[in-house]
Amino acid sequence: MPATSRRHLLLGGAAVSAGALLTACTGNEPQGQGQAPAGSAAPAGDEPGTPVTIGFAGPQADHGWLNAINENAKRRAAAYSDVTLEITEGSNDTAAQIGQVQTLINKKVDVLVVLPADGKALTQVGLQAMRAGIPVVNLDRIFASPQAYRCWIGGDNYGMGLNAGRFIGERLKDKPDATVVELAGMDSLELTKQRTQGFDDALRNYPNIRKVARQAADFTVESGQARMAQLLQAQQRFDALWNHDDDQGVGALRAIAQAGRKDFLMVGGAGARSAMDAIKADDGVLKATVLYPPTMAASAVDLARALGRKKGIGGLSELEVPASLTLYSAVVTKENVDEYLPTGFH
Amino acid sequence: MTLTTPADTPPREGRRPALGLRPDVRNLSLLGVLAALVLVGGLTRPAEFLAASNLQLVLTQASVIGVVTVGMTFVITGGGIDLSVGAVVALASVWATTLATQEFGFAGILFTAVVVGLGCGLVNGLLVAYGGVVPFIATLAMLASARGLALQITEGRTQIVTVPSVLDLGLPDSYVLGVPPLVLVFAAVTAAGWLLLNRTTFGRRTVAVGGNPEAARLAGIDVRRQRLLLHLLSGLCCGIAAFLLIVLSGSGQNTNGNLYELDAIAAAIIGGTLLSGGRGTIAGSVLGVLVFTTITNLFALNNLQSDVQQIAKGAIIVAAVLVQHRTARDPH
Repeated sequence: MPATSRRHLLLGGAAVSAGALLTACTGNEPQGQGQAPAGSAAPAGDEPGTPVTIGFAGPQADHGWLNAINENAKRRAAAYSDVTLEITEGSNDTAAQIGQVQTLINKKVDVLVVLPADGKALTQVGLQAMRAGIPVVNLDRIFASPQAYRCWIGGDNYGMGLNAGRFIGERLKDKPDATVVELAGMDSLELTKQRTQGFDDALRNYPNIRKVARQAADFTVESGQARMAQLLQAQQRFDALWNHDDDQGVGALRAIAQAGRKDFLMVGGAGARSAMDAIKADDGVLKATVLYPPTMAASAVDLARALGRKKGIGGLSELEVPASLTLYSAVVTKENVDEYLPTGFH
Repeated sequence: MTLTTPADTPPREGRRPALGLRPDVRNLSLLGVLAALVLVGGLTRPAEFLAASNLQLVLTQASVIGVVTVGMTFVITGGGIDLSVGAVVALASVWATTLATQEFGFAGILFTAVVVGLGCGLVNGLLVAYGGVVPFIATLAMLASARGLALQITEGRTQIVTVPSVLDLGLPDSYVLGVPPLVLVFAAVTAAGWLLLNRTTFGRRTVAVGGNPEAARLAGIDVRRQRLLLHLLSGLCCGIAAFLLIVLSGSGQNTNGNLYELDAIAAAIIGGTLLSGGRGTIAGSVLGVLVFTTITNLFALNNLQSDVQQIAKGAIIVAAVLVQHRTARDPH
C-alpha cells in the first residue's frame, strides 16, 4: 500500500508541475512588437465635433482576417476623440447576431456597422434599424435588400481573381504553353466562385496560358497543406499557382517545401503578414499576394462617423456619404510591400 | 450477423488463439476496396498515382488521422465514443505552438502537445468513468470547451512555427530509407495499438468491458479504471497526432482537426469495429483510414472538384459497408 500511495503522490506531483509549466505556455505576446499599426495615426484635417456612438456587430473572430477586422475597427474608433464604439461579442450564429444587433438598436446607438455572419439572413434586422432611424453601414457581406443599409463597403472577390490572373499573365505572357494551377478556398461559398471566375476571365486574355488543375481547400492551414500536397503530386510541372487565401497558404507553402519544389511562381490572396514577410524576403516561390483588405473595417468606422455627424467624406466633392464602396484588390509585390506591411494580419 | 459472446471474458481471442494476424472477412473486403481504388488510380493517372512519391504522400496524409483513429478504436471497442478528438487535436496543436512554448524548442512543443492531449483524455475519462456522464455527452462537452479554449489562446490567429528542428521533420532530408518520419510514427502507433489490443490483458479487458460491462465487473475487472485508461489512451493519441499535424502544417490553428471525430469513427466502423463495443480491429481501422486517404488522393489527381468528391465518398462508404455485410453473412 505505501508503495502505491507514493507512486500516486509522485504522479500527482508530476501532473501539477506539468500543469504549471503548461499554463505558462499559453502566453502569446510577441516580444518587442513596437511598430505602429495601420490606421492608428489620427485622421488628418478632421476636427472633433458632435460625439457619435457607433454600434459594431461582427462574426466570431475565429480566422486571422476576421480578427483583423475587429482590431481595425477598434483601433480606428480609438483614434477619434468624438467616437464611442459599442462592440458586441462576435457570433457565427444568425439568431445570436440578430439579438445583438437588436440590443444595439434598443441602446439607441447613432450608427450601426454590421458585418453579418450571413448577409441574407440578417437583412430583416438591417431593415429594422433603418426604420428606427439608425443608419446602417453594411460591411463586406451584403444584405439582400439595399433598403437594409445606408452604405455598403466591402472587398472585391471577382477583382481579386482578376488581378491575380493579370499578374500571373503578365509574368508568363512570353512563355509558350505555360500552365497554371489554382488552390481555391471553400467551394460552398459564393465568394470562392467569384474569385475563380475573375481568375479564369483574366487568363482568357493570354492564349498561351492554360489552367490545368484546381482543388478547393477550406481556408485552414491544415487543408491548405493537404490539398497542395495532392496538387503537387498531380502536376509534376507547372509555371504558376494562385492560392485564394494566405492562411491556407501557410499550409500550402509547407507542402511545397516538403515536396522540394521551386519551379514555379506563387500568388497569394487576402494579405496576411506572414505572406508579406515572405514576399519581402523573396527567398521562396511566393512573389505576390492580392489584397482583400481588413482595413475596410476602419473605413467603415470612418463612414459611420461621417453619417453620425451628417457630413460627407473627405476627398470627394459629394455632400453625402456614397451608397456603396467597392475596395480595390491591390497586388502586393516586392516593390510595394513596405507600403502594405503594416496592414498585414496575423 | 456476427454473434458476440461477451460473457466469457476474452470472447474473440478464446475462439481463435495464436493466429491474431489472420485477416478477418471484413478486412479482406476492405482490402478489395483498396485494391479497386489502386486499380482505378493506376488506369487513370499511372505516372502520378503509381509513383513512390505518391505512396509517401498518401501515407503521410493518413498519419495524423490514422493515429487518432487507433485511439478511437480502443474507446469504441470498450463500449464508449470520443467526440472530442478533433477539438483536442486543435487545442493541443494550438497550446504547443504559442510563442511561449516555442521558446522551449522541439522538446517543449512535443511535451506540451502530448500532455494537453493526455489532460483532455483524463478529464473525459474521469467524467465518464467516475462522474457517471455518458461518453456521448462528456466528450461532446469537451469538444465545445476545447475548441473554445483553442480559440481563446489563438485569438483567431494562425500561430506559425519557427522552430527549424520541428519543420525539418517533414522535409525529404529527414526520410529514413525513403520513409517519412511521420509515417514511421504512424506505423509505430499502429503496431503498439495492435499489440495492446490483441496481445495484452489490457486489450482483453477492453473487449470484455465493451461487450458486457456487467459480466466484466462480475469477472473481477475494474470497469471504471478501464474506461478512464481508454480515454487517456485516446487523449495520448490526439496529442501525438497534434504534434504530427504541427510538423506537417508548420503551424497551430484553432480550426485544426475539423471533423476528425467523424472521420475517425467512420474509418473504425468500416474497418469492422462494432459501434456498440465489444469488438475492435486495429488493422481494419488503419485500412479504413487508408481507403479514405486514397479516395481523396485519387480524386485530387484526377482534378475532380469537392462536390463530386463528397458525393462519391458517401457512395463508397455505403458500398464498402454493404459489401462487408454480404461477406460477413456468408463467410465461405
